[in-house]
Amino acid sequence: MNAKIPGLNMTYGRLVTHLSLLLLVILWTLPVLGLFISSLRDKDQLIVSGWWTALRTTERNQFGRTGTADGQFERDGVYVIAGNFFKEGEHKTVKAYSDKQNDISAYRPGETITLADDSRFTLQEDGSYEWVSSEPFDLTRGKRFFFVAKIPPRFALDNYREVLTSEGIGQSFINTFTVTIPATIIPILIAAFAAYAFAWMRFPGRQLLFAVVVGLLVVPLQMSLIPLLRLYNNVGVAFGVAAKSYPGIWLAHTGFGLPLAIYLLRNYIGGLPRDIIESAQLDGASHFNIFTRLILPLSVPALASFAIFQFLWVWNDLLVALVFLGKRADQIVLTSKLRELLGSRGDNWEILTSSAFISIIVPLVVFFALQRYFVRGLLAGSVKGG
Amino acid sequence: MQQIISALLAIVLGVGVMLFYFYGSNWLLDTLLPDTRGAGGRYVSRQRQRTAIRPWLFVAPALIILTIYLVYPAIQTFFLSFFNRDSTDYIGLSNYRWALGDGEFLQSIGNNLLWLVVVPSASTALGLLIAVLADRVSWGTIAKSLIFMPMAISFVGASVIWKFVYDFRGPDATQIGLLNAVVVGLGGKPQAWITIPFWNNFFLMIILIWIQTGFAMVIFSAALRGVPEETLEAARIDGASEVQIFFRVMVPQIMSTILVVWTTITIVVLKVFDIVLAMTNGQWDTEVLANLMFDWMFRGGGDFGRGSTLAVVIMIAVIPIMIWNIRRFQQEEGLR
Repeated sequence: MNAKIPGLNMTYGRLVTHLSLLLLVILWTLPVLGLFISSLRDKDQLIVSGWWTALRTTERNQFGRTGTADGQFERDGVYVIAGNFFKEGEHKTVKAYSDKQNDISAYRPGETITLADDSRFTLQEDGSYEWVSSEPFDLTRGKRFFFVAKIPPRFALDNYREVLTSEGIGQSFINTFTVTIPATIIPILIAAFAAYAFAWMRFPGRQLLFAVVVGLLVVPLQMSLIPLLRLYNNVGVAFGVAAKSYPGIWLAHTGFGLPLAIYLLRNYIGGLPRDIIESAQLDGASHFNIFTRLILPLSVPALASFAIFQFLWVWNDLLVALVFLGKRADQIVLTSKLRELLGSRGDNWEILTSSAFISIIVPLVVFFALQRYFVRGLLAGSVKGG
Repeated sequence: MQQIISALLAIVLGVGVMLFYFYGSNWLLDTLLPDTRGAGGRYVSRQRQRTAIRPWLFVAPALIILTIYLVYPAIQTFFLSFFNRDSTDYIGLSNYRWALGDGEFLQSIGNNLLWLVVVPSASTALGLLIAVLADRVSWGTIAKSLIFMPMAISFVGASVIWKFVYDFRGPDATQIGLLNAVVVGLGGKPQAWITIPFWNNFFLMIILIWIQTGFAMVIFSAALRGVPEETLEAARIDGASEVQIFFRVMVPQIMSTILVVWTTITIVVLKVFDIVLAMTNGQWDTEVLANLMFDWMFRGGGDFGRGSTLAVVIMIAVIPIMIWNIRRFQQEEGLR
């Protein structure tokens, strides 16, 4: 393994390292790439060819119907029906054509077919045709011609336009934001005060209570759902308010996010130097002042870490949204909507791919922009002292 | 738009109320329990009382919310599991007895065990492998970033992504799913992967492995950086191969981190719900506990007794990890 590869300044071992890592990276990114490319493709092409062929021109067997006798005109003593099988702006070309479906590649574009009645038909590459006969046409229904169309790759935002407007993804996007922003910010302050108390104030039961918080870190959400659903329904009935509401889910996410928030912040705040807090106390500052003037500004990195965690978790959550929010258009969040589309539009990949991409783009941007804080939080949450 | 405004208003209001509470309650404490001059001009300090009360003002909101949203519901769920569907009659262990005879439940237990074996081990192994590989190449940071990326994607989003990979068209049609295209390209027959019982579990697991490997990798990457270079150097001088160094020197030193990652992913697996709901909703023998529980919460108007029972089963599986977690935490505190 340590022998050098001739011509390359590298040992075989290093080459294997590079190649295996490259393979893993490709395996990990390919599915997302496929989703993204597909979401930009024309929906007719998306369903007939794989996204990896997106740059290739596709071929499809199609047919066109000529105009009828009403559209004929006389030219130099012959009768002509002319037109174009392609619509304006379709950018297709004809590869081959025929008047018989089972022999579709019989003629090349520009070649003329002489039909049984001695009329002559010519289809050009751009889809325009001319049908010439010495006798007047009397057909009331256009004749069908079959051709192989070459469809050039086409990328557009049509799919996005469609899901944002007619599929309701746009509204869901706003709903998700409505859930996520308060559910991210509200727990921070509550947790920060508690974390400070756990780290720097003395009170009976401090250790025990914090151990409970550590325990709650792993309590499955499932343990809370049924009683809370009952509680919300009862509150709804008792006060005549809706059981499923935005404030309801904000509080629920706050509750579910608090253990991690307290745990992360307490570890961080507890790790701040004792001197600065004691000297502030000697100067006569109260705990309240120390916390707001000293601790909060110093804890910004930890607050940011938790905020990213909570943001991603709330944005990506499906379970809590299904239980605490309704499925009405003004409440359904992206994840919930996406799952509905998977059920109802399971084969409409143009809708699914673009919807999915809309739902993952915000977390991805947040993630790549603030990865440093996210990693720091992750380390603090699982490895001591991180 | 109006919704966004109300959301922003909620933030201002929420933060405002909390600030008002913290500021107000502290002020109230100082005003109600001031240092005074008592009878005969004796100075009475109430500092000690204030010090005893103030911490509770700081932790009260958190404790109240934790109690309402986690502690009390967890206890109630436990009790509800002994009641009937609408929680009106005590029925003892009937729900548990039902579960043990229920085909779906037994299938879920089986599948959950399969998930518990496969996903944490695969994610941990792959994460460790990638962390080691990425540390040795110049473009390791980019590689790690890309493999970490799925962590930001929701389980539902990931399900759409992978359902597209597994997409199946009839044997005569052009395959647009990557997996079937590869299979056909290699001369095989296309399959509807997620409908093949037993094996389909693995196709769902791949999604979670895809997401969790990045997590494992990041943690291991940091842990490996903490492995002292001298130990590796010493092993090299002794003539150990890179593979030996990895298994005999690196792995033992980060064993505790491996355990942490393993248990963290184990908990994620126990709660796995979104992926199964979105991909199969438990059809074709892929049911898992969390999805079954959600199903019973709403099935036929909702059976809270059975739903609670299933939640308790998940909780019981988590308890050992919870205790281990608290123990570990207390040991670390002892070292503080």
